[in-house]
Amino acid sequence: MKKLGALLLAGTLMMSFVLGGCGSSSAPASSDSGAKESKATEAPASGAIKVGVVNNPPSESGYREANVKDMESVFSADNGYELKTFYSLKNDEQLQAAQGFITEGVDYLLISAAETTGWDDVLKSAEEAGVKVYLFDRMIDVDESLYEAAVVSDMSAEGKLAVDWLLAQNLPEYNVIHIQGAMGSDAQIGRTGALDEQFASGKMTKVVQQTATWDEAEAKKIVESVINSGEKFNVIYAENDGMAKGAVAALDEAGITHGVDGDVVVMGFDCNKWALRELLAGKWNYDGQCSPFQAQVISDLIKGNKTASEKKIINEEKGFDAKTITQEDIDTYGLGE
Amino acid sequence: MKKKSKSIFQGGLGQLTIPVIAIALLVLFNLIRDPSFFSIGITHNNDGNAVLAGNLISIVNSASELAVLAMGMTLVTAACGGQDISVGAAAAIAGSTFVKVLKSGGSISGLTVLAAFLMACVVAMLFGTFNGTLVAVFKIQPMIATLILYTCGRSIAYWINGGATPTVSSPILTGIGSFIPGIPIPTPVIIVVVVAVIFRLVFHFTSLELFTQSVGINGSAARLNGINVTGIKLLSFIILGLCVAVAGCIGVCRLGLINHETLLLDVEMDTILAVAIGGNSLGGGKFRISGSIIGAYVIQMLTITLYAMKVSSTDVKAYKAIVIIILVVIGSPVVKSRFEKMMRQRQERKVPVTAKGAK
Repeated sequence: MKKLGALLLAGTLMMSFVLGGCGSSSAPASSDSGAKESKATEAPASGAIKVGVVNNPPSESGYREANVKDMESVFSADNGYELKTFYSLKNDEQLQAAQGFITEGVDYLLISAAETTGWDDVLKSAEEAGVKVYLFDRMIDVDESLYEAAVVSDMSAEGKLAVDWLLAQNLPEYNVIHIQGAMGSDAQIGRTGALDEQFASGKMTKVVQQTATWDEAEAKKIVESVINSGEKFNVIYAENDGMAKGAVAALDEAGITHGVDGDVVVMGFDCNKWALRELLAGKWNYDGQCSPFQAQVISDLIKGNKTASEKKIINEEKGFDAKTITQEDIDTYGLGE
Repeated sequence: MKKKSKSIFQGGLGQLTIPVIAIALLVLFNLIRDPSFFSIGITHNNDGNAVLAGNLISIVNSASELAVLAMGMTLVTAACGGQDISVGAAAAIAGSTFVKVLKSGGSISGLTVLAAFLMACVVAMLFGTFNGTLVAVFKIQPMIATLILYTCGRSIAYWINGGATPTVSSPILTGIGSFIPGIPIPTPVIIVVVVAVIFRLVFHFTSLELFTQSVGINGSAARLNGINVTGIKLLSFIILGLCVAVAGCIGVCRLGLINHETLLLDVEMDTILAVAIGGNSLGGGKFRISGSIIGAYVIQMLTITLYAMKVSSTDVKAYKAIVIIILVVIGSPVVKSRFEKMMRQRQERKVPVTAKGAK
């Protein structure tokens, strides 16, 4: 009995450790702690610019996958770079890797940090070693002088772009089902903000506002419950593509038309390729994107093609309308496959 | 009337008392709140089929994965006296395998769907065997043993496809995850019935039920009576593996996409709850699969009721917790025995009164 108790206690401890780990990381893929070893690209050309990239692992999300691919394709040997990469969700592992890159003598250090704190010492030693630092995707809490520039997304601009598009549709009335992402995440806050303003001003009516925590099946349940209650709605604003797909599945089962010629306007975010194809087919109406493509901007800055007017460079966000989207857009901007 | 209620409380429904009371209370609550909650209508879906629609259908439909998992979990619970907390992660692996096989071929035909499903079953059973070996052979507490797969399962699911949300689309998959043309009942509901019938048949034609119970009640005694204890425990995990594969594939077919991070997220806890609400002892031993199925529907009904009341989904979990605490406490042995004692005392007090009145 004593043994059993001890085992259970150990189990609870381990559980709480695992769960605690989930809570502290902002990414959903907390189960993936496997940090991937850094690897140098093959056959470094002499005189190539040495770049060390510290990023989150591609398994974190479709966004990150595209982000990592973008980095690898822009900082390629063909473009005159020698790339070293390190991927981890853990800040301390990232810090060690960054320190390692500085010791190895990279010319540039590119960082998308897991957490905003703890980076002062590493960035100072980079400064002493003459390594220039660029931040991408995420800001870090350090003095501005410690990095050259930060290329980041403005999440609220992304939400505003989408809501402005919705207003431009001039619907006779706006009865919106708003399906939110995991509460408190950057993407959720940014994508919710602009719509909340419309609810507050009375221009749009909130039929329901629920979080499905990025879960497709949960989004379907939320929309189903609205349909079953018989309330009127004509807009679905889902904060990512997966949840929009869940919502559409509920509409399909209830025989409600959606998309370009349908009764319900469907809006998603992230611009996965499959979602953009739904747009092209006219089944959805809008897809917004928080752009994961920062590598070209940084490359231009490194090579001196452009100079940064400000330390914080806001990456241009995109939004696609089903009426104007082309196959080319899907190939260029779509994430995943 | 009194006799009937007495028999219910003193074991007329046996272990099903709690789940049946729970579902009755939920139905009553909804009837008072809004009788139209239960209205079922027929609508035409976007494929042009006449299908049933309404909250009840939503409940029964969306509880399907949970019900299938709860059936397998009941068996593991009964045999091992512990629970498998990796079912959600394992379902993500099974679902990813399903999608991987579907995408490897060119077009999706009935045969490829079958092949993909069988492959998912094999993979899920392998992971079930892994868990089962740790529990049955190495005698590790089930929760600790399955914690390993719980932690790494969703990463493995990611490796299988390499993409964040691969999609598959085919009328066959829509048929499995939503409605088959001409049949107004959601296909996942039919799948639950099929799985339940299979369990019934297995229990009828084999001694699995009896063996599982004996292993759960007293492993050493079962071993002395010639039952292969290790084998039975292992088998329970492999059967759960099959259930996991079925649940994972339903989940994928519903939406035509697999998101390794969100597919059946947190389902392990709901599954264990379903088993507990079903009146099964979480310490192993006697069990009733039907209780777990009702438990699954109780949980789903609770969720849909809260959604219908427009409770914010961030709060849903808290409300769910309150209701579940009440259910579990009512079902606890202490409350049960107190209640029985109370009923008996009242009975004894009443007997002389009525006797006097008769005079």
